[in-house]
Amino acid sequence: MKADLRVALVGNPNTGKSTLFNTLTGLNQKIGNFPGVTVDKKTGYLNLSDGRTAEIIDLPGTYSLYPKSQDESIVFSVLADKANPHSPDLIVVILDASNLKRNLLLYTQVADLKIPVIVALNMMDLAKKSGINIDIDQFSKKLGVPVVPIAARKGEGIDKLKEAIAFANKIALQQDSIDVETIAPGLIKQISAELKLDNPYYALQLAHQHETVKFLSTAESDRIEELEKEFSFHSQKAQASETIARYNFINDLLYDTVKVPETAQDETTSNKIDKILTHKVFGFIVFFGVLLFMFQSIFAWSAYPMELIGDFFVWLQSTLHTLLPAGPLTGLIVDGVLGGLSGVMVFIPQIAILFAFISILEDTGYMSRVTFMMDKLMRKVGLNGKSVVPLIGGFACAVPSIMSTRTIENWKDRMITIMVTPLVTCSARLPIYTLLIALVVPNRNVWWVFNMQGLALTGMYVFSLISAVVVAFVFKLILKGRERGYFIMELPVYRMPRWKNVGYSMYDRSKSFVFQAGKVIIAVSVILWVLASYGPGDRFKTIEQKYSKPQYTQHLSPDSLTRAINSEKLENSYAGVLGHVIEPVIRPLGFDWKIGIALITSFAAREVFVGTMATIYSVEGSAEKMESVQYKMKTATNQQTGQPVFSLAVAFSLMMFYAFAMQCASTVAVVYRETKNWRWPAVQFAYMTVLAYAASFIAYNLLK
Amino acid sequence: MMKLSQLEIGETGIVKEFTDLEMSVKLMEMGCLPGEEIKISRVAPLGDPIAVTVSGYQLSLRKFEASTIILQ
Repeated sequence: MKADLRVALVGNPNTGKSTLFNTLTGLNQKIGNFPGVTVDKKTGYLNLSDGRTAEIIDLPGTYSLYPKSQDESIVFSVLADKANPHSPDLIVVILDASNLKRNLLLYTQVADLKIPVIVALNMMDLAKKSGINIDIDQFSKKLGVPVVPIAARKGEGIDKLKEAIAFANKIALQQDSIDVETIAPGLIKQISAELKLDNPYYALQLAHQHETVKFLSTAESDRIEELEKEFSFHSQKAQASETIARYNFINDLLYDTVKVPETAQDETTSNKIDKILTHKVFGFIVFFGVLLFMFQSIFAWSAYPMELIGDFFVWLQSTLHTLLPAGPLTGLIVDGVLGGLSGVMVFIPQIAILFAFISILEDTGYMSRVTFMMDKLMRKVGLNGKSVVPLIGGFACAVPSIMSTRTIENWKDRMITIMVTPLVTCSARLPIYTLLIALVVPNRNVWWVFNMQGLALTGMYVFSLISAVVVAFVFKLILKGRERGYFIMELPVYRMPRWKNVGYSMYDRSKSFVFQAGKVIIAVSVILWVLASYGPGDRFKTIEQKYSKPQYTQHLSPDSLTRAINSEKLENSYAGVLGHVIEPVIRPLGFDWKIGIALITSFAAREVFVGTMATIYSVEGSAEKMESVQYKMKTATNQQTGQPVFSLAVAFSLMMFYAFAMQCASTVAVVYRETKNWRWPAVQFAYMTVLAYAASFIAYNLLK
Repeated sequence: MMKLSQLEIGETGIVKEFTDLEMSVKLMEMGCLPGEEIKISRVAPLGDPIAVTVSGYQLSLRKFEASTIILQ
């Protein structure tokens, strides 16, 4: 869509910026990425009353133009770089009327870039309630820009804001807030002259940010560096004096235009809630209650829709098989591509539910309290208070959990969280564990109440958490932080969640998963499908000829004949051949080539293990008949030694392997998507495989 | 010399200066400025970080960060 006007939405975090964005654009929005960084780019369109269309870009919330994170650095780049495709004609700065002082700092910085500005004064209802009285006309006059009071949640003042956007001036009319040149006398003039800049504050910002912004040439950046030395410019000292000067201006402005009640206010509702929610005892009880509820819901609520999606694809695949002529193309489309697609779609319920919860936790302000309570504990192992949610979410599925690490601002903390989340026992490991435990652990009670199988399963869960913590600690020692670890964070007042935002968040995240991680998953599924359905030379033909002989066709039922053919085909497929090839490597772990095949086919998704086992041991019916798989596996014996294949040692060795190995193409794809760099998924895959091999080796040799 | 980290819950002080330049830039941006009144609202259940009320809103910071704020 071509827009007549480009508008940027700028403001502090927790000011209702996203709500305003959703209200202005409705479903007429799209999410992309800023090139080269993992910052979501949200743009939408607004039809103005005069028939023009405005493109609105929702920039990440920030407290100042001096960035503290990757997200925040986007703001200056978009606003200041005239060559940026989103370089705005108009900036709407959203201010929280109940907290004007701190909010105005960003306004004065943005205004000094001399791009036309409109102020949207949000939360007017809250400000009135707490007795804050703002003289809007005076306020607008002093700033020199239109000021529109709104209450974005209630939709109040939105029409007026739309009018203000439509009738906005094309030239910047805002009043100066500070005398920018005095911050770095001489230097600003020199930079402006050499780079032909007409805005002194832009020149000052370049002096601070020339090393990080992408739109300067190396020569320009080097020249600024030289000039800084010449004028002995100290970035932090300059920032400090600029901030103080700005607050002096803000204090004068507020003194003239805003009346705040002098008497100390009664204890706010938010404070009362905090007394319980961050209480030494109740705080943790509530928190673990919330986590438990979340965890249960992801499991329980997603089960039915996941089953529906699975059934739908099974139906679609079998229908297409009967409709389309049999052949390699049909197989590729129906089994390879559709199989992969079903593997993508099946994640949607879990992603949507987890993000509904996260959106509610963030919207209400509870997420900040979780960070507040857990920070000390998590910091010890190199994680962050906010890492708790992805780690617990990892019990259901690592894919949405890794997507949720975006709430962690600190780069190092976020990377460590991404690296260890797949270690947590996800739901795809559950069928493997239950199958193997039932195979080798007796179904008996110990100490009257504890079932041994249950204890073994619980052990696997606890073990996964411990390993995640230990690995996190190791990464803490290895990784070098790019930015200094701050914990200076706003604790926003508690609010009711906005259900519309919850809905948008569920929709956004599911969509971005399907379109971005989905491609990789489908590609891997197709490759694995080819490996498992084709064999070298004319092996498959030989098998079909063998089974067409009367000694088979007459003595076997059609079903068992198909199963026998499939089993032998898999053994002779490329996957089967690979299974034989890797046998020497996995022999020290106690695995034979049949398990090798299962390891290869379950590379894309762990749960495929059980199905592959069923095919290899040509089990009657579908893979869901767990008991028959179990029976076949239990009676399977090693042809050379005559010993059972699945001994206690082999079963635990396999469980250790699945506990550590990154057998999940979806996680690899989502880690790539979230880190924008193949190095991270590669490192993760490598360390997890090494750990898996070592743990299996130890388990097998201890129990042998 | 009184540091913010030495105040008890419910106690109030006035910010005088900072001992860490980098931290001070961030703190001042967040409205924690010299001359501003600052009150310890609560301490996290595990003893760190702390929550303070400053410039009309609540800010949480680690004890170490609070120790760089000198009070009048």
